[in-house]
Amino acid sequence: MTTQAAALDRGGMDATEVGMGVYNMKLGMWVFLLSEVMFFTSLIGGYIILRGAHPDMFAQPGVVLNVPLTAFNTFLLICSSVTMVLAFAGIERGDQAKLKMWLIATAVIGMAFLGVQVYEYIQLSGHGFVPTVEGYRAEGAPLYGTTFYTMTGFHGFHVLMGVLALWYLVIQAFRGKYTAGSHGAVEITGLYWHFVDLVWIILFTIVYLI
Amino acid sequence: MATTMTDAHAAHAQDHHEPSFLRKYVFSEDHKVIGIQFLFMSLFFLMIGGLLAAIMRWQLAYPTDPSRPLPGAGLFPETMVNAGIILPEFYNSAVTMHGTIMIFFAIMPLLVGVFANYLIPLQIGAPDMAFPKLNMMSFWTAFVAGLIIMAGFFVEGGHSAAGWTQYVPLSADPEWTGVYTGQQLWLIAMTVLGFSSLMGAVNYITTVINMRAPGMTWLRMPLPTWALFITAILILLAIPVLTGALIMLLFDQTIGTTFFTVATGGEPLLWQHMFWFFGHPEVYILILPAMGFVSEIISAGSRKPVFGYNAMVLAIVAIGFIGWIVWGHHMFQSGMNPTLGMSFMVTTMIIAVPSAIKTFNWLGTMWRGDLHFHTPMLHAVAFVAMFVIGGLSGVFVASTPVDIFLHDTYFVVAHIHYVLFGGSLFAIFGAITFWFPKMFGRMMNSSLGKIHFWLTLLFFNLTFFPMHNLGIAGMMRRIYDFTQYEFLTQFQGLQVFISWSAFLLVATQVIFAFNFIYSLFKGAEAPQNPWHANSLEWTAAPSPPPHGNFERTPTVYRGPYEYSHPDAADDYWPQNAPGHAAPASEPAYAE
Repeated sequence: MTTQAAALDRGGMDATEVGMGVYNMKLGMWVFLLSEVMFFTSLIGGYIILRGAHPDMFAQPGVVLNVPLTAFNTFLLICSSVTMVLAFAGIERGDQAKLKMWLIATAVIGMAFLGVQVYEYIQLSGHGFVPTVEGYRAEGAPLYGTTFYTMTGFHGFHVLMGVLALWYLVIQAFRGKYTAGSHGAVEITGLYWHFVDLVWIILFTIVYLI
Repeated sequence: MATTMTDAHAAHAQDHHEPSFLRKYVFSEDHKVIGIQFLFMSLFFLMIGGLLAAIMRWQLAYPTDPSRPLPGAGLFPETMVNAGIILPEFYNSAVTMHGTIMIFFAIMPLLVGVFANYLIPLQIGAPDMAFPKLNMMSFWTAFVAGLIIMAGFFVEGGHSAAGWTQYVPLSADPEWTGVYTGQQLWLIAMTVLGFSSLMGAVNYITTVINMRAPGMTWLRMPLPTWALFITAILILLAIPVLTGALIMLLFDQTIGTTFFTVATGGEPLLWQHMFWFFGHPEVYILILPAMGFVSEIISAGSRKPVFGYNAMVLAIVAIGFIGWIVWGHHMFQSGMNPTLGMSFMVTTMIIAVPSAIKTFNWLGTMWRGDLHFHTPMLHAVAFVAMFVIGGLSGVFVASTPVDIFLHDTYFVVAHIHYVLFGGSLFAIFGAITFWFPKMFGRMMNSSLGKIHFWLTLLFFNLTFFPMHNLGIAGMMRRIYDFTQYEFLTQFQGLQVFISWSAFLLVATQVIFAFNFIYSLFKGAEAPQNPWHANSLEWTAAPSPPPHGNFERTPTVYRGPYEYSHPDAADDYWPQNAPGHAAPASEPAYAE
């Protein structure tokens, strides 16, 4: 083999790249969450445009929506992100008890969030604030209900998916499926959960506070 | 200990067990089988889309002429075709569904569903996709979407008639089109198809980033894989926006929300913005993979490296990026602020730069090459020529002042077909012929392929070139009966000419279908590397590749286009051939 060829060979091997240095599931979840960003951007962007075009059709903060109740709900969801981190930190050290405890805590808090949201929906629709043409006319036009329910509803749906995934993790955790060396599912569910939490903080700000 | 051994052994034996027919060909997790499943499904939809176009052309040649009943009119119910006359409601559905099916169920899955699945793992030296199960779900989700979209033809009120762009209020209010169920099926099918595309995109992106073989650096990736990678990013980011818009529209129709209803504060323009924010990246989803295939075929067919490989990659990335900031050029006539229209015009014009870089590089690749005009090469060269025509007519409609005149005329119809048929579909025919031997182990018949190519090229131009003239003369697109306008009646003869060219164009595709099916069973046995190409799917994988693709992971030593290299023993130099070792010579496929 000539020197040049040897150099070429080395060039070939030196140039080895092994991707991003994260495992496929985690990279896949990052990629998926990018598309979720675009999905929520479409809903939130539509809301911003509609509200910008017709500010009179949207009530001022606190007039229709119950801000203190939702602020409490926001606090709940942020807490669930903390418990999710604790579950992940637990299994990273191989602590099965911590994993189970904090996973259950996260799932329960997620369900509490959904419960509060359902309660809020019932209260609001009882006052005639519904997403349809027959919607709320005293404070803001139907457009208000239309955008409110679509955005918060799809967020709620994402929380529901997250809760289902969390209960699945709990079952698997009780079967001892996760170890200090292998807990990818916990990590990527955590990524998803934090994303859903982050979306809510944005939604809470622009829908309830501004 | 012994038990564990036995268990391990049993598990091992099970792994190598021949999978059942259902697991191997129907619910397969093998990326190659999934790609081929997409191939059969999208060729079926290509046929449906073509037949819908033929129905439209019959009406345009003989508008509501009782002496010229639609052939096969008896096959249609009276709500579609009455006494041989195509009813306006059905014509509108045919226009809508021709566009929808061709774009979303034929061209897009042909480019991405078929070739991203089939080629990416083979070209980067991976055993399969990153998520094989997700990949399988992606196909079956698309299949369900296909069933839903076909169901729309059979429901009361017919299929959606709002145009493939589904502008509101036409699409939002059944009062305008008389279509209720079909309209909702359209929305649901597109949402479901969106999930399929999304699953695919997550898979392709993860696979390309994480699963390249040793030595397969970013700038050693074959251009089809590069193009499909950027396309996957566009799909990933564009489809969710369409999904959001589809959901809003579906809610407006079903539960009575008011996103797009003017009376209650909704904004019809919001639909247009959301649709085209998705829709323009979609245009590049439909052309970038085609550009990738053409680069590959032209390089192999010219026995020369791709001229300016790095520039080609940068041009793909640039088109993918700039494609996000041009969507407003579809909406110049929507009453947008002229200053905004101006900035959309400028960004649109800027896209001509990377497109031209690619075109010149294809010409540069062919320049003084040892040209082999086999069937894939013919299609690839035709792609370049037709794409240039389509690109130049694109410059006309991208100019705001010219677009005032040309907007929503047949000029736009001519433009879209020059890029989508003359561009994407020629590339697809080329790519199918090029990779057919890898997929099925047999060559497609070369004579039939060439006859199909020349007739398609001829009838394609006879069909679509005169549409430029019709458009400039003021003929509106989607019009049911142009004879109601005095100034258009003079084109009656030209309409008949276009229609018969279109019928012959459709008929020509029978040659392709015959060649495809015949070669599947009776084609000549394909050699391992019939085009003497360099990339891994030809040089490292057996043909057709088994589940798992490579016997051992290939190592990559150089870029994919080292043709006629002075240091190589042959006129091609496989990516995985170490050092200067001459590749095992074998006869090329004789033309």
